[in-house]
Amino acid sequence: MALRDWPIKQKLTAMLVLISGLVLLLTSAAFAGYQYWSLRQATRDALSVRGRIIAANSTASLAFSNDADARELLAALRADQHIVAAVLYDKGGHVFATYPAHVAGDLVPAAPGPDGYRFERGLLIGFQPVEEAGSQRLGTLYLASDLGVVYDTFRLSGVIGMAVLAVALLAAYLLSRVLQGTIAEPILALAETAKAVSTRQDYSVRAPKLGEDELGALTDAFNQMLGRIEDQKDELQRYASDLERRVEERTHELQERNESLRRNAAELLAANSELDAFAYSVSHDLRAPLRSIDGFSQILLEDYATQLDEAGRESLHRVRAASQRMGTLIDDLLKLARVTRAEIRTEDVDLSGLARDIAAELEGATPERKVEFAIAPGLKARGDARLLRVVLDNLLRNSWKYTAKQPAPRVEFRFADANGGQAFMVRDNGAGFDMKYADKLFGVFQRLHSAADFEGTGIGLATVRRIINRHGGRIWAEGAVDQGATFYFTL
Amino acid sequence: MNPGKILLVEDNPDDVTLTLRALKSHNITNDVIVAPDGAEALDILFGADGKSPTEQELPAVVLLDLKLPKVNGMEVLQRIRADDRTRLLPVVILTSSDEERDVIEGYSLGANSYVRKPVDFVEFTQAAKQLGLYWLLMNRAPPVPRRP
Repeated sequence: MALRDWPIKQKLTAMLVLISGLVLLLTSAAFAGYQYWSLRQATRDALSVRGRIIAANSTASLAFSNDADARELLAALRADQHIVAAVLYDKGGHVFATYPAHVAGDLVPAAPGPDGYRFERGLLIGFQPVEEAGSQRLGTLYLASDLGVVYDTFRLSGVIGMAVLAVALLAAYLLSRVLQGTIAEPILALAETAKAVSTRQDYSVRAPKLGEDELGALTDAFNQMLGRIEDQKDELQRYASDLERRVEERTHELQERNESLRRNAAELLAANSELDAFAYSVSHDLRAPLRSIDGFSQILLEDYATQLDEAGRESLHRVRAASQRMGTLIDDLLKLARVTRAEIRTEDVDLSGLARDIAAELEGATPERKVEFAIAPGLKARGDARLLRVVLDNLLRNSWKYTAKQPAPRVEFRFADANGGQAFMVRDNGAGFDMKYADKLFGVFQRLHSAADFEGTGIGLATVRRIINRHGGRIWAEGAVDQGATFYFTL
Repeated sequence: MNPGKILLVEDNPDDVTLTLRALKSHNITNDVIVAPDGAEALDILFGADGKSPTEQELPAVVLLDLKLPKVNGMEVLQRIRADDRTRLLPVVILTSSDEERDVIEGYSLGANSYVRKPVDFVEFTQAAKQLGLYWLLMNRAPPVPRRP
């Protein structure tokens, strides 16, 4: 397993043991080095002291060439088991006496070397001059000692060091086992909590807080985050269930509405066909008696004029006028009914062209009236050409009619800004109307002028509004008495 | 029935009187045969017993109302157009209504004209005058079909 995949506990333990081990090892190594060096120094000093003592004692033996004495002197070295060889050279550098008496040849240099103590070939050797208390040199003492003292002491230190190291590592290991908990436990607890959250989607769990250190702060932050997520989740759930409930309600409502719409549509269809039959019957049957009333009144006027006085003739004229008026009313009502029933056939309609045609028609019918028509070119719309013609015909005819008492009548048709948008506009400078009654303009049989002032049935604008509504548009009017009227409409 | 006669198919006696007066007031003095319902109109044209009328008996023009007892105007028109002898006979629908579907159906069935009777008698008279002038004087009648 790669180091980074180790559990955090093992990592912490390994780290602590490794660091303490390394520290101990370095310390021990430094200590051992120092000990080695100082032991060697001490051993050399001790050998040189011994050498000087022996050299001082051996002056007599050399001076008198008493080799037995010299051998005895050297034999005293037996007390130090580490001395492996000792040699006394005479003044000429010849071996005078050795220790032990029969020493191995390779331990005895054939001739004395330079004075002084040094380490050579795993041994501590020294050449000590033997001198009289003046300055005459009598010979040289050679001493060779093994390094057993150094090695023994050094080995003991090594054993002690290893023991200390082992105990220290064990202690470090045990301590780390105890101490790592303070770091690892909160992290493990956090990890455990995070796992629970991600596997069970349970946002209600909380990581236990084990201290006030950074890990404690991390735990707090983590728990707060969980709390917020839990709140948001709850809120989302509330929204979702609320939404579901509302969708259900709305669906139910829509179903009910659909049902009632279906019922209404069926009723409407029935009512429509009834209306159809009614309108058809009105169209045929209601006008026939009017024709008779008008026709026979005219016959009376033509054939019996002489037998009637002025009042009688006037009465007959009134009968005729009334029946004709009623004929117009019936026609207008039928037109309104037809507009309601007619199917809309949408196409591009040249409104400017329609308006010009209607203006020409009006001028042709009453050539003695001079009305200035200002019709903007290029006005187009999508809609039913026949119905839109009815709209323009009514509006322009109204303008024509209500400017009759105006000395300089003017009728305008163009596109204009109105109510924050754009709309078609028909404006005249005629009799106008009081804005108080603006809402009554478009009602059936609603008239703002007496028939004596301006004739009319009060159905035209109702028809216009119905056509505009059926095109999905809007119509409204502005005006003031004797200041003209302006009609705006959108399609 | 002599050529130049008018067959007026009209159930309303007032309208008959008014139509006759309107025609007369403009010196249209042709004979006018009045059929008060569709069935009688068909009898006059095709013979009550179903026997074929002679071509001399066909009127110059038929003024046909639509709302008629027994057999309505559209059916009369259909029968006139279905018969070889009367296929080309000028038929003018003269009625109260100008409902679009009537106008369309009338022309589809082969009416030569569709005239709506105005309420204003003066206008009515004017219309009758023009009708008479056109169909009796201006118009060249279709050739009489030969007998097989």
